[in-house]
Amino acid sequence: MLRTNLQHIDTDADFKDVIETNENVMICCGRMGPMCLPVYDIMDSVKDNYENVVFRDMDFDGPAGHNIRSLPECSRFNGLPFTVYFKNGKVAAATTSIQSKKQVKEILNREFV
Amino acid sequence: MNNKYDVIVLGAGPAGLTAGIYLSRAKLSVLIVDSGTAGGQMVMSYTVANYPGVETTSGWNISQTMLRQAKSFGCKVLTQSPVLSIDLSSELKSVEVEDEGIFYAGAVILATGGVPRELGMKSEQQYKGIGISYCATCDGDFFTDKEIVAIGGGNSALEEAVGLTKFASKVTIVHEFDHFQAQPWIVEEAKKNEKIHFLMAQDIIDFTGDEHLEKVIVASKTTGIKTEISASGCFIFIGYVPNTSVFKGIIDMNDRGEVLTDQLMKTNVAGVYAAGDLREKRYRQITTSVADGTIAALSAIDFLQQKKTTN
Ligand SMILES: Cc1cc2nc3c(=O)[nH]c(=O)nc-3n(C[C@H](O)[C@H](O)[C@H](O)COP(=O)(O)OP(=O)(O)OC[C@H]3O[C@@H](n4cnc5c(N)ncnc54)[C@H](O)[C@@H]3O)c2cc1C
Repeated sequence: MLRTNLQHIDTDADFKDVIETNENVMICCGRMGPMCLPVYDIMDSVKDNYENVVFRDMDFDGPAGHNIRSLPECSRFNGLPFTVYFKNGKVAAATTSIQSKKQVKEILNREFV
Repeated sequence: MNNKYDVIVLGAGPAGLTAGIYLSRAKLSVLIVDSGTAGGQMVMSYTVANYPGVETTSGWNISQTMLRQAKSFGCKVLTQSPVLSIDLSSELKSVEVEDEGIFYAGAVILATGGVPRELGMKSEQQYKGIGISYCATCDGDFFTDKEIVAIGGGNSALEEAVGLTKFASKVTIVHEFDHFQAQPWIVEEAKKNEKIHFLMAQDIIDFTGDEHLEKVIVASKTTGIKTEISASGCFIFIGYVPNTSVFKGIIDMNDRGEVLTDQLMKTNVAGVYAAGDLREKRYRQITTSVADGTIAALSAIDFLQQKKTTN
């Protein structure tokens, strides 16, 4: 179970709803580990500056985790967290393992602004 | 965002957040800037069982509580915000933060902590928190009645190895040289301990295991012969790197880059204080950082008060 300040995606229905009803979505799928926590923190710190983006996290081992784990864009990944950016329900970008704020903002600006 | 504060705190680990809590409760305006995640090294600790008054919890939970506390008293906190430059020489000190601009304050508290020196191996990262540890005081009791390895040959490696025998059934000390750098009496104490075994002049080759660490693989520097050591835990004590390079040439440090302060956490620069793991000291714990943060904040409050009275 994730204990972050972000809203979580807990079920398949949540996942479907979030990516189908929002144009821009960033989902970080991980655990409560040292590589994942900084990415959740980055999302929390930038979310107010990107009002057109919906920020969510998801437990890698939880019931909805397979939605991210099974994406073809994540098939090569072997470092948590898997972070996926959706535009109109389709994957626009995906990263693996810890990221810096600069890297996250670069993708948000490129894909969603 | 306001760009003038009474105090800027660099680092939002336990030392920086504690300083923030004390300063803002004293009604000073405070900006805390952290280049990474609030909580610092605490975030890396899956379980904290030795913070008094708080029953066993995760480092992340304690970090979030301290952060909320600091914000509730009015601290502004910037995380994931690299510091680009600092000027501590003038009376009004300045800190330039990426994407945010330049901030000014009458006093600055340095609380940038540090990181345990690592071997730099891929498998070391893999087993961090599930067998590999850098803190015997923190994690020793998780290995009660288990076999463990301690890597290193200095004072702290040997002292910690002796300490770990309170928990572990066997401690194998692995060192890269054929002799120890530790003081002779510390070596003597380790040698007298029946639970401690030694493997000298070894290179660390790999860490292996299924869901957690099971083996440490080493190879003799002289013969190249590999040895697989069964171990549920491996404690790495090969030194510590303070996050102080950005203060080099400005703040007095020892030859290991640890900041020198007096008992009131004052550095050599007026109005600049240092708190927590970046200081020259023997014990590095959340409690010791919290204590340093308290003292640094109270000293900074005193400094600003006196400045006000004299102006
Ligand atoms: C794996 C692990 C487990 C541990 N377990 C325990 C435990 O169970 N109990 C215990 O008491 N202690 C434990 N410790 C030790 C404890 O976490 C540290 O002693 C404590 O966090 C030090 O606090 P600090 O505020 O001085 O520094 P840190 O926690 O290191 O925080 C410093 C902060 O400064 C930031 N920073 C660095 N450079 C800059 C810069 N240039 N500008 C701005 N910000 C900067 C960093 O991002 C960081 O957030 C553990 C340590 C580790 C690594």
